Amino acid sequence: MAATTPDLRHGERSVLERSPSARRADPLFRWSLTALAALILALIAFFFVFLITKASPALSHQGVLSFLFTNDWNPSKAIFGAWPLVAGTIITAAIALLIGVPIAVASALYVTELCPRRLRAPLTVLVELLAAVPSVVYGLWGIFVLIPKLKPAEQWFSDTFSFLPLVGGSVAGPNYFIAGLILAIMILPIVSAISREVMSTVPPDLKEASLALGATRWEMIRMAVLPYSRSGITGAAMLGLGRAIGETIAVTLVIGNSPTIGKQIFDQGYTLAAVIANEFGEAANDKLHAGALIAAGLVLFVLTLLVNAVARGLVRRAENKNNRPVKTVPSAVA
Amino acid sequence: MTTLTLDSPRRAATDRVMRVVLLAATIIALIPLVLVIWYLLKKGLGAWSWEFFSTDPTGNFLGDQGGIKSALLGTIEMVALASVIAIPFGWGVGLYLVEYGRTGRFAYAVRYFVDVMTGVPSIVFGLFIYVTLVLGGWGGSSFAGWKGAIALALLMLPVVTRSAEVVLLLVPDSLREAALALGTPRWRVVLKVVLPTALPGLITGSLLAVARAAGETAPLLFTATIVNGTTFDLGQRMNSLPVQIYTDVGSPNNQLVQRAWGSALTLVALILLTTTVARLASRRSRLS
Repeated sequence: MAATTPDLRHGERSVLERSPSARRADPLFRWSLTALAALILALIAFFFVFLITKASPALSHQGVLSFLFTNDWNPSKAIFGAWPLVAGTIITAAIALLIGVPIAVASALYVTELCPRRLRAPLTVLVELLAAVPSVVYGLWGIFVLIPKLKPAEQWFSDTFSFLPLVGGSVAGPNYFIAGLILAIMILPIVSAISREVMSTVPPDLKEASLALGATRWEMIRMAVLPYSRSGITGAAMLGLGRAIGETIAVTLVIGNSPTIGKQIFDQGYTLAAVIANEFGEAANDKLHAGALIAAGLVLFVLTLLVNAVARGLVRRAENKNNRPVKTVPSAVA
Repeated sequence: MTTLTLDSPRRAATDRVMRVVLLAATIIALIPLVLVIWYLLKKGLGAWSWEFFSTDPTGNFLGDQGGIKSALLGTIEMVALASVIAIPFGWGVGLYLVEYGRTGRFAYAVRYFVDVMTGVPSIVFGLFIYVTLVLGGWGGSSFAGWKGAIALALLMLPVVTRSAEVVLLLVPDSLREAALALGTPRWRVVLKVVLPTALPGLITGSLLAVARAAGETAPLLFTATIVNGTTFDLGQRMNSLPVQIYTDVGSPNNQLVQRAWGSALTLVALILLTTTVARLASRRSRLS
């Protein structure tokens, strides 16, 4: 499409076309929109540089690798080994993915391929309603409902399956598993929404062909839908992972905030995001402590950037396959 | 001989089992929704009363009683300011991407980083504003409503931009070409043809971002914090529903926990209202 106004040699020219202000208005309009876009890039760059600057006192005090992998978080002694927090972040995110992704993908399959047409829209809306519940409300519900109600079941599981690794011993009220479970609920709508989007780009020819060859519905799903949308579904799971890594408030409320690594999944723990939310108040006057929290934020930032970059790449691949955009904003324009 | 009947009972059985499994997964996915809403209504409705909405928290520092007036108004004020910043900004960038930046390296970079920014945790935005504006002591007081609003705007921005881009792309190019062919300058085409056509969709995307911002706790926790009274001064500390819920949950006091349930129900009702309006707006859209 032409970026400039068309030159009409014959016939009438618009009044605006002739006025000199309109001639100037076009480039002005264009460049102000471009400036806005450039501002976003500048913001992110500023963001990154600023966090690095502010985190550097703590990082140079502790050393970057030592910050990441030392198993001792003790702000009062100015020891900032964030490994318990990093490990907690990984453990809870892993639990969330293990529980959330299969359910999300399965329900996306049901909604796109199996359920009666009339149920499609209402089911979609219902699953996406989960995304409308704020983090702090999940936390509130987690503390006062999920933790007390699930504790007996967790204790039974812990006692019965104590021969398994990571299971056994007494169950703490707030623990990794509860945090992971709540994260699973929180990532479910986004993973399922994007999976659904990706599955809807599978060409109908492909599905109809497999059905015509005598495949059952499930065989059609397994041999046409799933392989075709594999990269998109992986991307959706990665986006869920990114969200699980950075989720703060719900996790802070239900993980127990204990800066030592639990030995089993029903032990208390801590995450990078939770430590920032909890300790920023006391850290305001302590440059080193504040720096350590900012470093934790920086790790989160870099981690989510990486995870998202990979996820977007995968989703984009699904897009390019069918030359059709995939909405990655959950529940936008349903 | 019919070719379409299954001659293998095993395949038919697998099909049936998997249908049930997928249905079960969908039902399991809905269980938390039902449970959360059930408990919100059960425990939250009891806290609702006229006093609950019309009084501020009392006592020393968010004392043990009083309602949520300051938190409710604070949320609305900060989200409104955040929207005023983020929505025009996001629509502008969306317009750039669709009207001028469909190709090219710069546009690609912008699109990429907006994408990636949607995944940055909200606490990181909060931390950023905390480090720059709060610790930097901008604007006199340390914690302030407008700083909270900027943190919220930062996290709304990528959502607004992405959804604007998606919607603007749906505006048919033939419409733009027709307007350009009539000799209309480009900026008028964008403002008078493209924007009005896409408006319902743009509003939907923005309202969903508003709903998301309204529920955020982490960025407000250390930018606006929490105070006793109602204020309309965005230069002061400001209460918000999520932060007040977070504070109330952390205190070992049944009355405060009750207030937390009441506030949570209010917050979810507010968000669902916004989301519903958004969906109605998109239904009126002539696109897609």
